[in-house]
Amino acid sequence: MPEIRVTPLGAGQDVGRSCILVSIAGKNVMLDCGMHMGFNDDRRFPDFSYITQNGRLTDYLDCVIISHFHLDHCGALPYFSEMVGYDGPIYMTPPTQAICPILLEDYRKIAVDKKGEANFFTSQMIKDCMKKVVAVHLHQTVQVDDELEIKAYYAGHVLGAAMFQIKVGSESVVYTGDYNMTPDRHLGAAWIDRCRPNLLITESTYATTIRDSKRCRERDFLKKVHETVERGGKVLIPVFALGRAQELCILLETFWERMNLKAPIYFSTGLTEKANHYYKLFITWTNQKIRKTFVQRNMFEFKHIKAFDRAFADNPGPMVVFATPGMLHAGQSLQIFRKWAGNEKNMVIMPGYCVQGTVGHKILSGQRKLEMEGRQVLEVKMQVEYMSFSAHADAKGIMQLIGQAEPEHVLLVHGEAKKMEFLKQKIEQEFRMNCYMPANGETVTLPTSPSIPVGISLGLLKREMAQGLLPDAKKPRLLQGTLIMKDSNFRLVSSEQALKELGLAEHQLRFTCRVHLHDARKEQETVMRVYSHLKSILKDHCVQHLPDGSVTVESILIQAAAHSEDPGTKVLLVSWTYQDEELGSYLTSLLKKGLPQAPS
Amino acid sequence: MAAHLKKRVYEEFTKVVQQQQEEIATKKLRLTKPSKSAALHIDLCKATSPADALQYLLQFARKPVEAESVEGVVRILLEHYYKENDASVRLKIASLLGLLSKTSGFSPDCIMDDAINILQNERSHQVLAQLLDTLLAIGTKLPENQAIQMRLVDVACKHLTDTSHGVRNKCLQLLGNLGSLEKSVTKDTEGLAARDVQKIIGDYFSDQDPRVRTAAIKAMLQLHERGLKLHQTIYNQACKLLSDDYEQVRSAAVQLIWVVSQLYPESIVPIPSSNEEIRLVDDAFGKICHMVSDGSWVVRVQAAKLLGSMEQVSSHFLEQTLDKKLMSDLRRKRTAHERAKELYSSGEFSSGRKWGDDAPKEEVDTGAVNLIESGACGAFVHGLEDEMYEVRIAAVEALCMLAQSSPSFAEKCLDFLVDMFNDEIEEVRLQSIHTMRKISNNITLREDQLDTVLAVLEDSSRDIREALHELLCCTNVSTKEGIHLALVELLKNLTKYPTDRDSIWKCLKFLGSRHPTLVLPLVPELLSTHPFFDTAEPDMDDPAYIAVLVLIFNAAKTCPTMPALFSDHTFRHYAYLRDSLSHLVPALRLPGRKLVSSAVSPNIMPHEDPSQQFLQQSLERVYSLQHLDPQGTQELLEFTIRDLQRLGELQSELAGVADFSATYLQCQLLLIKALQEKLWNVAAPLYLKQSDLASAAAKQIMEETYKMEFMYSGVENKQVVIIHHMRLQAKALQLIVTARTTRGVDPLFGMCEKFLQEVDFFQRCFIADLPHLQDSFVDKLLDLMPRLMTSKPTEVVKILQTMLRQSTFLHLPLPEKIHKASATIIEPAGESDNPLRFTSGLVVALDVDATLEHVQDPQSTVKVQVVYPDGQAQMIHPKPADFRNPGPGRHRLITQVYLSHTAWTEPCQVEVRLLLAYNSSARIPKSPWIESGEVPPLVETSSEGTIPFSKPVKVYIMPKPARR
Repeated sequence: MPEIRVTPLGAGQDVGRSCILVSIAGKNVMLDCGMHMGFNDDRRFPDFSYITQNGRLTDYLDCVIISHFHLDHCGALPYFSEMVGYDGPIYMTPPTQAICPILLEDYRKIAVDKKGEANFFTSQMIKDCMKKVVAVHLHQTVQVDDELEIKAYYAGHVLGAAMFQIKVGSESVVYTGDYNMTPDRHLGAAWIDRCRPNLLITESTYATTIRDSKRCRERDFLKKVHETVERGGKVLIPVFALGRAQELCILLETFWERMNLKAPIYFSTGLTEKANHYYKLFITWTNQKIRKTFVQRNMFEFKHIKAFDRAFADNPGPMVVFATPGMLHAGQSLQIFRKWAGNEKNMVIMPGYCVQGTVGHKILSGQRKLEMEGRQVLEVKMQVEYMSFSAHADAKGIMQLIGQAEPEHVLLVHGEAKKMEFLKQKIEQEFRMNCYMPANGETVTLPTSPSIPVGISLGLLKREMAQGLLPDAKKPRLLQGTLIMKDSNFRLVSSEQALKELGLAEHQLRFTCRVHLHDARKEQETVMRVYSHLKSILKDHCVQHLPDGSVTVESILIQAAAHSEDPGTKVLLVSWTYQDEELGSYLTSLLKKGLPQAPS
Repeated sequence: MAAHLKKRVYEEFTKVVQQQQEEIATKKLRLTKPSKSAALHIDLCKATSPADALQYLLQFARKPVEAESVEGVVRILLEHYYKENDASVRLKIASLLGLLSKTSGFSPDCIMDDAINILQNERSHQVLAQLLDTLLAIGTKLPENQAIQMRLVDVACKHLTDTSHGVRNKCLQLLGNLGSLEKSVTKDTEGLAARDVQKIIGDYFSDQDPRVRTAAIKAMLQLHERGLKLHQTIYNQACKLLSDDYEQVRSAAVQLIWVVSQLYPESIVPIPSSNEEIRLVDDAFGKICHMVSDGSWVVRVQAAKLLGSMEQVSSHFLEQTLDKKLMSDLRRKRTAHERAKELYSSGEFSSGRKWGDDAPKEEVDTGAVNLIESGACGAFVHGLEDEMYEVRIAAVEALCMLAQSSPSFAEKCLDFLVDMFNDEIEEVRLQSIHTMRKISNNITLREDQLDTVLAVLEDSSRDIREALHELLCCTNVSTKEGIHLALVELLKNLTKYPTDRDSIWKCLKFLGSRHPTLVLPLVPELLSTHPFFDTAEPDMDDPAYIAVLVLIFNAAKTCPTMPALFSDHTFRHYAYLRDSLSHLVPALRLPGRKLVSSAVSPNIMPHEDPSQQFLQQSLERVYSLQHLDPQGTQELLEFTIRDLQRLGELQSELAGVADFSATYLQCQLLLIKALQEKLWNVAAPLYLKQSDLASAAAKQIMEETYKMEFMYSGVENKQVVIIHHMRLQAKALQLIVTARTTRGVDPLFGMCEKFLQEVDFFQRCFIADLPHLQDSFVDKLLDLMPRLMTSKPTEVVKILQTMLRQSTFLHLPLPEKIHKASATIIEPAGESDNPLRFTSGLVVALDVDATLEHVQDPQSTVKVQVVYPDGQAQMIHPKPADFRNPGPGRHRLITQVYLSHTAWTEPCQVEVRLLLAYNSSARIPKSPWIESGEVPPLVETSSEGTIPFSKPVKVYIMPKPARR
């Protein structure tokens, strides 16, 4: 029984270190290879030993697909490919390919230089790893090998995020990665065609949320920032360098321009410039507005937003700072946060999801006293706001995507177990399909019934078409032919052709049947009577009276002979081939009933 | 042959059944060529290969074929069709047949048999499809012939089983266009046939080819368009198509569902998988709403657009469209105020606004909750947030239409519209501002909404700001803080963009007059008066101060207690503003200020009726005096003209009528004056001096008549007759004058003939109105027409002269509503002393901003003229997109004019003015005459001309020589 097996190594009933193994029709694919923000030990990377216990990674995996450049989707890649050892192809979209190494390098720096970790991947490893990457463009179908093909769809979320369809023969799986069904200031909405996969693996970060209109959110955000700045306070917006940050930048930039505000906006340094550069380049991956106006002005060329220097944090007066990373767990954002936390005029706006264990999560859940490294206790007096700018699909969006793709089964990953449970129930109820939510390391097995394509020769098809009316979608039609199975492909051909191809002689199978008729008249007359009788009944068929004294109905032959013993009885010999079985048996039963009394 | 043809041409002329101009041209061609059909025949016979034949056919198709030779051509084509083996040539022939059968004046029933015949023997699918197309052309050409229609429908049904989608498409199209209509059916049997058509088409809703499915739906829509009542059973079929894989099918299905929902809004349909039943229109509404979140944006646009026109939908369904929450939460009402607090906090889903509020609470009654099929839920929320601005615009439009018909919905959708003011695409913002203006009667803005609205005043786009001003003109504000806020923001806007001055003043005028009671408590603050101390008198020229005063004075109009709060200088400023900006400052009844109030009195409303009366009387007086002595007539006319002109100035409502009549009288006066000249009979050499006056008069009359005809909107046919009549008289005058001044007869021949042609033309165009022109110049002229045709020019002139003198003064019936087109150039203001410098040979762009009033179709008529000091004039045709339409009868032209010239030694002024282009032949097709196919002779009146209709503005420019 063919089946699809899915095992999440990460992101199963959890957010972070997405890594899902999929076996489909004998092919093994790894979807994403991320790290977990909440851990600093071995748990931050997926447990690849699950795979390696059977030998080398490269032998087992046919390919690795990275959906987008967020570290929880690609953070473990160098470790996986260089340290554990994988030499197969890694697929990602061009923007991901461009931006991914920047983020990995940044991550490495924080881990090695700041925290002084040993046994971490090196810059060279990142470079080597990126050499194994193959770029996939939107809607491009890439043949990984003869059977396995993958195709990318636009997913919104961040620049270059894609959903992937993995297809082997007629079996397919769609992996959404992270996606967003509502467009934002810089990206469009996710879109997929009605590809009807066997399985849809979807993220479910916001499984229980139906978000308010994004316009309200934008307005609220701008209002809060504006008010704080007018009060003279400082606004800290922890972001991941790429993704939301750019959306918020565009938002603030246009707002600043419109309201003619003077307070400086800073963006924490280094990687921003490089990253913004890529945003400027990959215009085709952005939304309608930016795509259409970039000729006049590229929206990512900011006028009001400047690079941040560490010294600026102590400057007096209002300012807005975007700082990395987004969950306040390390780096510059945490430094600035510590400086500003004491002043109630200031504000921190968390624009997205925070993983449990991070400072961001703590302050959002209302903790006012934080224990920092070295037993320091930090009192948080500044205002803490949460503004959901995470570009994940909400419950309605997930349902919408399921409706668009029409899969047979749905599998939820990248979300919290409790919330998943709720959405799972909803999906099962509405779409009447099975929904799964495996935990990490748990395997889901789906039986599939792959359809086997059979080629039919055009001649045969046309002949069948000609026989009846148009094929009706609702009614099955009987079609006679010979199925040839050769070199693992199937063909349906007419029997003559099959015989010819196989070099076989045709054997004719003929049925004959004698029908006794009481008729005193001459044979000729009996034949005439049979002829006229059949003619009157079988109006649709071609009934012929041949000169040699026999009657044919289509290809069925009827001959009459006098009974050798009883001259009053005529024997009708009915003979038909195997193909005409239906008509032949009908004819005999008809003749057995006897002829109508001739008007003498 | 030639003689025969010539004869035929004459025959036709006397029969007077003919067509357009191009036919005339081809007719000439025919005289030189033997026959079109013959030529084609020869060509086709010459063709050696299919490619050749195709080339000939293509060439042939470029020229039109006259009606009488169509049949011959068709025969030849058919003949070749039978012989032809190449499918592409047959295809071309089939398409030509279709084209030819569309020729007006040709009845295609004779080729139908042949077409059906060849259809039966045709093997190529493409040719089959083309032939069916031809049949469609034939069928549509003969809408009355029931038998033919039935037959064609039969043919179509027969070919419906074809394997090619193209053929099936065409068959369905044919069925849609020709399937018999129930209303024309008399017997029951035919009624059955009619029902059949629907069923047959309906069967193809499940065809395997999406193109055929689309065609089937389109055919169904076509049936509906032709007045056939669709059956309700289609509804279910159509609903199934909504989940089709192909977007064009879905898009068409949405339309079909909409149509059915309009036909049977009140029928009851069951909700699947439950026992409930709802109205069909509600069900359809829900389904279309669902399509607003379709995968294809084409479908989304379609769905969003259609939503707007579903007005019968129940209000609770309507309100769901603004609600993203689930059905189970429907019972919960939420006002916009509560929204911020209560929104979603009660539901099972979190809003994503507060951290941690999305921990799932208990599962709400699961049976009723469904996320996808909750129909109307949040359709507009989705639509307004769509990725494609086309969808957003469609959604805003739909919102507008629905809100106009439902005040409660209007109130609810306000928040969403206000949100749209911050859209990233300007077009969408503009559209939502306009929408808001349209529904402003039903709504009152709250302060927070007003805040968002006013924030848009800082938008850098002028269109947006002005649209917003328009919006503020007609919004209701609930609190005095709101008014204050609006004023402050508007003043901010004024300082930021001083060019918005007029627009802002106007906006404040309406704001004031709408909210007198809210303005009242603000007055002391606004005027910064103090109970004890005198404050400094503000600067009277400050636009901001004027803006404040406009607001206050307009509020004071209906609030008699307000003037008591004014300080002395305010009254003085009032008097000044009342005079200088009378359109913005209303007349106030001020206590103890008789001077002011009396100055105002003549213009107030009660006087309107008498002035109308006055107008009527003075006109009647003029019309009644036919037989006074010439001197008296002239004087009376002069007086009346003066009166009318003054009246027009005083009474803006009557300005159009008064000016129009005055112009007419002016023409008459000129004519009389010209005819009064004593020296008409003096010999030619002595006459020269006089002719100046007469020919000038003739010229002026012509100009004035053009103005009358084209510068006024609302001119009806009866006025046009009179105007043309006047013009004819002017032309007669011109002819006479020319006859007098020129020596020799030869040039007169041409002129006379031309004039007579014009008379003829006049007669044809206005034959219906001739009875009203008893005793007029033209009436007499037509009586004498046969004689004139044969007379010599000198005689004609004589006759004309006497007739002109005898002709009576025609009464000009006053049109109901008439407005004079006018234009004001706002920018350039013409005040600048700084010349616009640019390098000679290069261009400089000059921004032109003008308002146009009562101009019909400005896109094609309004031109910009630039006159350089050397007399060189340049006409610029503004782009259609440069015209905006802010209100009925008003247009705004914002364009750029490119100037260029060779180098000048010093700066000089160029004049910029607006012109109204006219084309008198454009009016002609209105007469029923032409429809019968008559070719109007090419007359002089079809020439184009322009009328200047704005004051010229001077612009100082300086082309510098290019530096070497």
